[in-house]
Amino acid sequence: MIEVQDVYKTFGENEVLKGITANFQPGKTNLIIGGSGSGKTTLLKCIVGLHEPTKGEVILDGENFTHMNFEQRVPIRTQIGMLFQNSALFDSMTVEQNIMFPLNLFTDQSKSEKLDRANFCLERVNLAGKNKLYPSELSGGMKKRVGIARAISMQPKYLFVDEPNSGLDPLTSILIDELIAELTQEYSITTVVVTHDMNSVMGIGDHIIFLYQGKKWWEGSNKEIAKTDNKELNDFVFASPFMRAAKEKL
Amino acid sequence: MFHSLGKYILLLRLSFKKPEKFSVYWSEIMREMVSVGIGSLGIVAIISLFIGAVATIQTAFQLISDFIPKTVVGGITRDSTILEFSPTITALVLAGRVGSAMASQIGTMRVTEQIDALEIMGVNAPGYLISPKIIAGVTMIPLLVIISVCLGLTGGYIACAASQDVSTNDYLRGLTDGFNPVIATVCCVKAVSFGFVITSICSYQGFYVNGGSLEVGQSATRGVVWSCIMILFCDLIISRLLL
Repeated sequence: MIEVQDVYKTFGENEVLKGITANFQPGKTNLIIGGSGSGKTTLLKCIVGLHEPTKGEVILDGENFTHMNFEQRVPIRTQIGMLFQNSALFDSMTVEQNIMFPLNLFTDQSKSEKLDRANFCLERVNLAGKNKLYPSELSGGMKKRVGIARAISMQPKYLFVDEPNSGLDPLTSILIDELIAELTQEYSITTVVVTHDMNSVMGIGDHIIFLYQGKKWWEGSNKEIAKTDNKELNDFVFASPFMRAAKEKL
Repeated sequence: MFHSLGKYILLLRLSFKKPEKFSVYWSEIMREMVSVGIGSLGIVAIISLFIGAVATIQTAFQLISDFIPKTVVGGITRDSTILEFSPTITALVLAGRVGSAMASQIGTMRVTEQIDALEIMGVNAPGYLISPKIIAGVTMIPLLVIISVCLGLTGGYIACAASQDVSTNDYLRGLTDGFNPVIATVCCVKAVSFGFVITSICSYQGFYVNGGSLEVGQSATRGVVWSCIMILFCDLIISRLLL
């Protein structure tokens, strides 16, 4: 379980996060939603340790991640998988080398074992046989799937996903969402997804946190979100005429 | 200024932490060595041949008289090539070729979140990205400088053979007469220092890029400019201390 306790984050004079407290359970797809500039990505980066919170703590399965130094964080980081907004695949490496990279550094597996694991991960994201392609030869959706394959290669306990649907067509977006939800349940991973895609919210949001102006404004599930009377959340989720019409039919 | 210097020193300290797995780092070192060494061989060879030839022609133009032995031309060409032309000009050229490539490679990795991806995995990103480049720089740039010296002196020989201002026999005798081994030591010290300066400064500039492709380009430019300034500064300090 991931516990975020009263996290503040300030950049210069700009206070981006204002006392966020939240728990993320394993085996559930946890979503952080909110408008642009609401602090979603900053919160995610505070959780994974790319930003140090100005105040507050992040606890991963009872271990206080915030106050650890680099060496202490390494064993926990090997249990973290992350899919970045632009996939962040290593350009100079093939798909296979990208997936095997963490295995090369942090395991003592033989080359054939690592290759088997890479092939398994690629099959799991429906990209079997694409081992020798370079990131520049992949489409946006394929890059995301390779990013997921790399993220799960070390069998992580925690999976963090930043804007998995950005730049993807609706069909590919749904496939990526379904893949994330399947992996979360299959391996009982604690998954945290930052998104503002309403299909993701309604489709895979087991547990949703809505951020507004740096504060946690609402918390619930995708079933509860349609019935909420929270004005800011309603303005955000049902901003389009299509979503408003869909809500009226519910 | 002092803030940047502090960040630079801290980055270097992080770069030389114990590697997660030596074999992975070793393959990176080999890759960088090929990139720095083999990749720069062509440009270094061309520049060295021409510089050696020009140095010989100009020295001959200034010194040929009935009162000065013609072997002096070979000696001056040798000393100036070993002490100054080969290490310094090779380093300035490599700052442009190798340094800008390193700064933009690391900078692009920063803006496309590849460095964040390394850190999330638990990899010491400065160690994985910067230390192989510095090791490649301090090993391959001295080798390139040695090749540059040989080709520079060969360029001088070709110039003598072509112009007949100085006979090739006089030139060769000048090269071997009164050779002081200290100049070879100074040349090697300069080459190692310049290798470190180019790779560390350009890597630093790339590592702390903030923004997008425009800033990556600016970081590469800053890396080359600062490398050139520091190469000339180190050149002065080493010459003053060792000669």
